[in-house]
Amino acid sequence: MELLAFGKTGWGDELFVATLMTVAVSLTAMIIGFLFALIFTPLKLSKNKFLNLIGNFYTTVIRGVPELLVIYLFFFGGSGAIMFVASMFGYNEYIEINAFLTGSFAIGIISGAYSTEVFRGAIQSIDKGQFEASKVLGLKKPAHFFKVIMPQMLRLALPNLSNVWQITLKDTSLISVTGLVEIMRQSYIAAGSTRDPLFFYSFAALLYLLLTFLSMKLINKLELKYSRGF
Amino acid sequence: MDFDLMITSFPKLLNATLITLKLLSLSLFFGLFIGLLFAILRLNKNPIINKFAYGYSYVFRGTPLLVQIFIIYFGLGQLEFIRSSILWIILKEPYWCAIIAFALNTGAYTSEILRSAFQTIKPGFIEAGKSLGISNKIIFYKIQIPIAIRQSLPAYGNEIILMLKGTSLASTVTLMDLTGVAKYIISTTFKPIEVFIVAGGIYLFMTFLIHNLIKFLEKKYSYLQ
Repeated sequence: MELLAFGKTGWGDELFVATLMTVAVSLTAMIIGFLFALIFTPLKLSKNKFLNLIGNFYTTVIRGVPELLVIYLFFFGGSGAIMFVASMFGYNEYIEINAFLTGSFAIGIISGAYSTEVFRGAIQSIDKGQFEASKVLGLKKPAHFFKVIMPQMLRLALPNLSNVWQITLKDTSLISVTGLVEIMRQSYIAAGSTRDPLFFYSFAALLYLLLTFLSMKLINKLELKYSRGF
Repeated sequence: MDFDLMITSFPKLLNATLITLKLLSLSLFFGLFIGLLFAILRLNKNPIINKFAYGYSYVFRGTPLLVQIFIIYFGLGQLEFIRSSILWIILKEPYWCAIIAFALNTGAYTSEILRSAFQTIKPGFIEAGKSLGISNKIIFYKIQIPIAIRQSLPAYGNEIILMLKGTSLASTVTLMDLTGVAKYIISTTFKPIEVFIVAGGIYLFMTFLIHNLIKFLEKKYSYLQ
């Protein structure tokens, strides 16, 4: 227990901050993922073959390639790409981009591919009559989407989105390889300096379990809220 | 775009793919037995056995695979009684540690897939078997298991693909699998995009093969419909 004390003697406060970092990265990644899903879901549902191909390419490649490989691409390629752009503007110094942003972006792209599939499935399983009805009523496109399609889509998508959230949360452990101090990285540091890896990695596992448990509780409440009347 | 690098790194990456495939097939093999065992335990009516099996799958599905590998590879070596036992012959090798972690992980997911497959078998099939006077054991092996396998094929196909991606974590415990070699080439040449295209292409090709194999099996065993 001494090892987990707060303050200078233990790792309690460090691990607490690291847990907040994991939550922050997961949330940022999830939001970035939603933005990607917002772009790619219409592409996947589009009748245009070319747009369709782009949408399918994104979800197939990202879901078929290991997360770690995607993270390495961003970790090693991210600063290179930005330096290339900067060099066009005459700036030739080394630029290191923020580990938080690179990590969130890499995980966000992965999470986005899963979210895209979830949204696509949800929209496709909405009753066709709903689309026709809102057309017949002469609703404008924004009203059609936000008032008719989206509320129904969210209800159908929520159970699967909770899976995406779990995947995203667990994937953030992988960005510890880039040096961002989240739960895994902090446990690695603590395990190295105390030579007690079993304790710290088990504690890390416990923290992840706690996070998944709490988020499940929260999502279940949301699900109840959105399935009112069903 | 450095095409020379792509061509020269291809054989190295292909070589590393062999390790990835070995890790995948061994962990799936052991994982299937673990999964079947825990699926049967989950269906047991004894609440203690039942809860134990549920706890197993909850813990392994609720924590990242990376933590599981680290606990087994770094953590278990710390215990004196493990280091002095025969288990140490296996546990000192990162290769076997990775396989143990993968097998336990995929076992947890497989147990969930099989459990739901067992639960969705129509009671009529079992009743039909019983009324024909077939013993419970044979009903289980000849009726329930084949139907459950057919039912769980699509979900299990997804699990194989997830596990294929999961084997990339073996690179974090010094194994030179496809991702490990790809990372090595990236960090020595600083050409991430080229290497990503080749390594990612190999992974995608394997995913494609698995996907089609499962589709073929689904068609072959769709006698129920």
